[in-house]
Amino acid sequence: MTMLTLNKDTMAVVKEQDVVPLRNRVKEYATKIGMGLVNQTKLITAASELVRNMLKYAKGGKVFIEVVSKGRENGIRLVFEDKGPGISDVALAMKDGYSTGKSLGLGLPGARRLVSEFDIQSTPGKGTTVTVIKWKNG
Amino acid sequence: MKNESIKILQKRKKAILELWMKNQLAEEGLRDDLMNNEDLRVQSEELLDALLNNLSDDTVGDAESSQFDTVTDILAGISVSRARQGFSPRETGVYVFSLKDALLETLQQEIKDPVILYAQSLKISKLIDSFGIVTFETFIKGREEVILRQTDEIAEISTPVIRVWDGILALPIIGTLDSSRTQIVMENLLQEIVESGSSIAILDISGVPAVDSLVAQHLIKTVSATRLMGAECIISGIRPEIAQTVVHLGIDLSQIITKASLASALRTAYTMLQLEVVKKRRFEKENA
Repeated sequence: MTMLTLNKDTMAVVKEQDVVPLRNRVKEYATKIGMGLVNQTKLITAASELVRNMLKYAKGGKVFIEVVSKGRENGIRLVFEDKGPGISDVALAMKDGYSTGKSLGLGLPGARRLVSEFDIQSTPGKGTTVTVIKWKNG
Repeated sequence: MKNESIKILQKRKKAILELWMKNQLAEEGLRDDLMNNEDLRVQSEELLDALLNNLSDDTVGDAESSQFDTVTDILAGISVSRARQGFSPRETGVYVFSLKDALLETLQQEIKDPVILYAQSLKISKLIDSFGIVTFETFIKGREEVILRQTDEIAEISTPVIRVWDGILALPIIGTLDSSRTQIVMENLLQEIVESGSSIAILDISGVPAVDSLVAQHLIKTVSATRLMGAECIISGIRPEIAQTVVHLGIDLSQIITKASLASALRTAYTMLQLEVVKKRRFEKENA
């Protein structure tokens, strides 16, 4: 089934102060399509994890927020795009508890568990793009 | 020949002032409600004096030269005082730019050679533009200082440590828990533990909108530090959606005592201190 994009928005994230406005924007969109509180919180938390990664490792990037529709299901798609150093071993980065920084190492694997669909593309030296979708009832 | 235009301007100061005043008074947005014409004239004359006295062949192309310090100071003063009086930045900008019109008009009357007129007009124009920018910068700087002061105040008032009972501290956290905030929370909490000799601290996160792995890491650090001080830490205010999210994220908070509400955290604290809350019995009923 084809996926339709209904609404699109872009936000640039370059400093820690941009995290809260981004979360609020995601929440706004999620509320607009009638997403429940639990799913909303999961999506916002996943966004928060990914955007923090972007800030920490790539010094910022761009976030695209879209309302997507597939059949009768509506959802939110978030694309996190950065031009940072990239991830040399994506499989390792997706493992619980692995971190090159001094964090818990739960950001990427945790975010994957919080959303319905998760995709990561990374080229060392070029940058990383993470795409997540959370369906309204997913 | 070159600095002739500057001489012209200096010689015709009076006429320029009249022209400038006329321009200002003719301006639609003149705020004679905020400043009367007499004050306006005094202010304008002071600025014009400072400008023309320091204007020379070397300085005309360089608004940042030290010779214009007095002009910049006066402009900054005008910008700040006008902002306080309730002028908009636009009105202050228009005030400076209307001087340019007066200067250029005077040059036009005196210099007949179009090439020289153009070159001189351009220089004066650039100079006054830079001065206009000074007023904007000062205005914004004034605003930014207010914002910074408020940020500091918010940071200070947003992390209160409350003694709810002898030996029990409560710390309601409202808003996002970032690194700098955690530092303040931790410092306040540890300090208060020492001062009050408390053995139990309750961290209430009802007001924290989202708990991601970074926030969780900060919470775990705070709890560890509290334990090192010999006190126990209870985290309360875990909402249902937060609980689900934390589980999916895979954060292990099982080593920490967590409660759904501040009330149940307080009850746990009482139990740990072997305190009991009982309903007061009525004396008459006992006798009856």
